[in-house]
Parts: sequence; C-alpha cells; structure tokens
Amino acid sequence: MKRLAALVLFLFLSACAGLEPRGTGDLGIIIERATGSVLVVDTTKRAILGRIEGLGDLSHASMVFSRDQRYAYIFGRDGGLSKVDLLERRIAARIVQAGNSIGGAIGPKGDWVAAANYEPGGVKFFDAASLAQLAEIPALVDGKASKVIGIAEAPGNRLVFSLYDAGEIWLADMTDVKTPWVRKFKQAGQLPYDGLITYDGRHYLAGLFGEDGLALLDLWNLEAGTKKIMPGYGKGQEPLPVYKMPHLRGWSQAGDEMFLPAIGRHEVLVVDRRGWKEAARIPVAGQPVFVIARPDGRQVWVNFALPNNGLIQVIDVPTRQIVKTLKPGKAILHLEFASKGTEVWVSARDDDQVIALDTETFAELARIPAQKPSGIFFTSRAHRLGL
Amino acid sequence: MVKPVALLAALALAIPPAQAAPDLERQKELLEFLRQDCGACHGMTLKGGLGSPLLPGNLTGYDPQGLAEIILNGKLGTPMPPWKDLLTQDEAEWLAQGLVRGAFP
Repeated sequence: MKRLAALVLFLFLSACAGLEPRGTGDLGIIIERATGSVLVVDTTKRAILGRIEGLGDLSHASMVFSRDQRYAYIFGRDGGLSKVDLLERRIAARIVQAGNSIGGAIGPKGDWVAAANYEPGGVKFFDAASLAQLAEIPALVDGKASKVIGIAEAPGNRLVFSLYDAGEIWLADMTDVKTPWVRKFKQAGQLPYDGLITYDGRHYLAGLFGEDGLALLDLWNLEAGTKKIMPGYGKGQEPLPVYKMPHLRGWSQAGDEMFLPAIGRHEVLVVDRRGWKEAARIPVAGQPVFVIARPDGRQVWVNFALPNNGLIQVIDVPTRQIVKTLKPGKAILHLEFASKGTEVWVSARDDDQVIALDTETFAELARIPAQKPSGIFFTSRAHRLGL
Repeated sequence: MVKPVALLAALALAIPPAQAAPDLERQKELLEFLRQDCGACHGMTLKGGLGSPLLPGNLTGYDPQGLAEIILNGKLGTPMPPWKDLLTQDEAEWLAQGLVRGAFP
C-alpha cells in the first residue's frame, strides 16, 4: 500500500514537473546580441533552462534584476525595455521607451526602474511592476540634449548618472518618484564614457574619454563636489587606439583598491580608495574593456578590445602580477563570476559559446551553446548596489 | 529573409569596384566587422549609439573618400579610433562606399 502511494505521488510529481517549485538565486541570463534573445541558465547545473525571444536589438544590452530575483529588466539598444520572467520564461511586460538606449538601474527599494538614453537623451523612470512611466529627467544643458551613461542607483532612494556630451554628473533624489529632485555637478570632466558606484554606495566614479583621469563624487560629502583622480595618467604618451570602450561597475573594487581600465594605454590602473591616489599600473595585453574583481577580491580578471579580444588575463591582487593568460575562445565580450567566486563564465561571441572556468585551477568546467553571446548576468546581482 | 550568399552577390553588383575590391570572403568578414565591431559604438543596425548613426541619411555630408579617411585615421576629439592597423585603404573605401549607398542592410 505504501509503495502504491509512493508510486502515485511520484507520477503526480512527474506530471507537474514543469510547475515544481524552485528558487531563482542560482539562475542567470545570457544575452544573445544578434538575435534579440536571451537564455535563462541554471548556474548550478550549468544548463540552459530556456530561450526567450522577441526582445528587439540587444547589440548593446544590459539588465538589472528584481529584488526577488524572479524578473530581469533588459535594456536594449533600440530603447526597448523588457521585463522577463525567469521562472515562466516569458516576457511579462515590454515597452519601447526611447529611440536609442544604453542601460539602466533599479531603485534600492525595487519599486522603480530607470533607463539611460542616448536618443533623445535623458533618464526615464518606470514602475517596476507594470513598466508604466513615472517620470522623466531630460538631460538638457544650455538647450542641448546629452547622452546619458554610467547610471547607478544610490542609497537614500537616489540615482546617479553622467552626461556624456555636457561632462556633468547628476544626482536625482527619488523620494517622490513622480517628481525627481536633481542636483547637478558641472564640469566633472570631458566625455565621461561610463560610471560606477562602489558597493557601499559611497563613491561614484566616471571614466573620462576626453582627458586622462576619472571624476569622483563622494556621496557622503556632496558639498565637496566632484574631483579628478589620476589626472594626466598618460602624460607625454601618444594614446593608443581604443577600438572598444571599456565598461565600469562596482566590481572594480578589490579590498581597498580599485582596478580600473586605462583609456588608450594597455594598462590597468590601481587606485587606493583611502585617499584616491595611484597605487600602481599593471601592463596588460591590450586595451582593457572589463576589469572585474573576483568577489573575494583576490584576483582581477581582464578582457580586451580588438585585436586582443581572444585573451583574458588574471591579475593576482596582492602581488599585482599577471598569473595567467587564457585563450578560452574567439571574441571574448564579457565575464561574470559566480556569487562566491568559485567559477567564472565568459562569453565567446565568435564561437557561439559561453565557457565556465574554475577560478583556482583555470580548468574548463562546461561549454554552453549560445548564439553570439555577449552579456552574462547572474541573479546574485539583485542584492548588490550598482549592479 | 535573404540568403547571405545572395545578399553578398547583390552587394558585389551594387558597389562599383574600388582600386582592388576585397574578395567575397573578405567582404563577408568586413560586413561582420562592421556589424559587430563598428557596431559596438554605432549600433549593430548602424542606428547609432555612443557613436553617430551611419545610415545613408546621416551621411549626406560625406563622400566615400572622406569617410574612408575617417575610418583609417579616426576623428580627433571623439572616441572614433584610427583603424589603419586593422583595415587597408581598399577595405576602408569599400566600407565607406557601401555605407554612403546604404548597401549594408
């Protein structure tokens, strides 16, 4: 009798396997940049759970996760904003909110999502549940619209971002989400190309293309305004061509130091956060694009622009030495660490594969087929400020 | 959906040969290069991004020679880098002509 009951139970469970409850903390999204689709992956089993299509132009896509790690908000190049359900693997809501977009952020409370736009420029805010528009901040300076980059949520229900054309950093207070209150920091630096907020939410850094250096804003001391760090780091040298713009996020931080891509130099800049002075420069194999610390801060992994985009270099943080140069595949576009740093997934666009690597032995753990993969995003980002 | 081979053949016919137009295999690589690598800033569909849009309507002020010159030597004061270490003069001209004519769908 017991056995029969067990059999019945087994059959019942098999029948509704698709509805079996499961967590989402070990899931992830792989952007398939050329086909407007994403893969939902299980990072524990290193397996594809499904593909979601119809997301528009994802050739420069980024995304953020909801607090409950069930939904991904995907920002497409074409201004599309899609809310994707990782469990049901479908589009829960989708709007086209601008002509040309670069990325976005989610409010610290998870109630709003903000998109940074190139065309027409500015920032738009949407209800995280419905994607209904809540507010807009046009990035107008002297009547000229600016492209917005380096968008990040900040403690105190705020949003910080940079104006590419105008060279300003703006901080928006979203206490009343329908009427943002904006504080502007003018003359932050020339052509900020991306920005980051540290995980503790204290410091915002904008990388500058128009000059050697970075702009720093201390959110605990706004009266001090912005200041330049690493000014003139390439003094007297002819800059090398930058075939691809680097990206900045809080994952630049390893312990008390920030590891940042130089612009037009084949170097990683190391800046001590306790005074924002240069600590070291590490020569690397090319123009760095992503410089990402393993979550424990012991290693920093670097990928590169053309023609060195088949390489990854690993920096040992205490000795600042490159301890490994890897060639995992063709056109390495992005890398993402498992939340506790045990493994890293890298996207090899021209191999149509994502490769999982062990971060201690550098051994290959798995290859996951994906169509022209670019960004890889694990749900553990949901609980980190600025990701 | 047009087959890539047919598309390339149509392109080859549509574009008058430069000094030495890249062979079909190289044209295929250049198209991929345009979409993926130029596209990193200009958008995969050339509608623009951090870089300006490159659709024919956006290029009315440019002749192919001038455009090829920008591709090879970059544009000072902007992030447009010089591509001369990765592309030949003929390849840059082939890309420039195609862009001005709107031959790259």
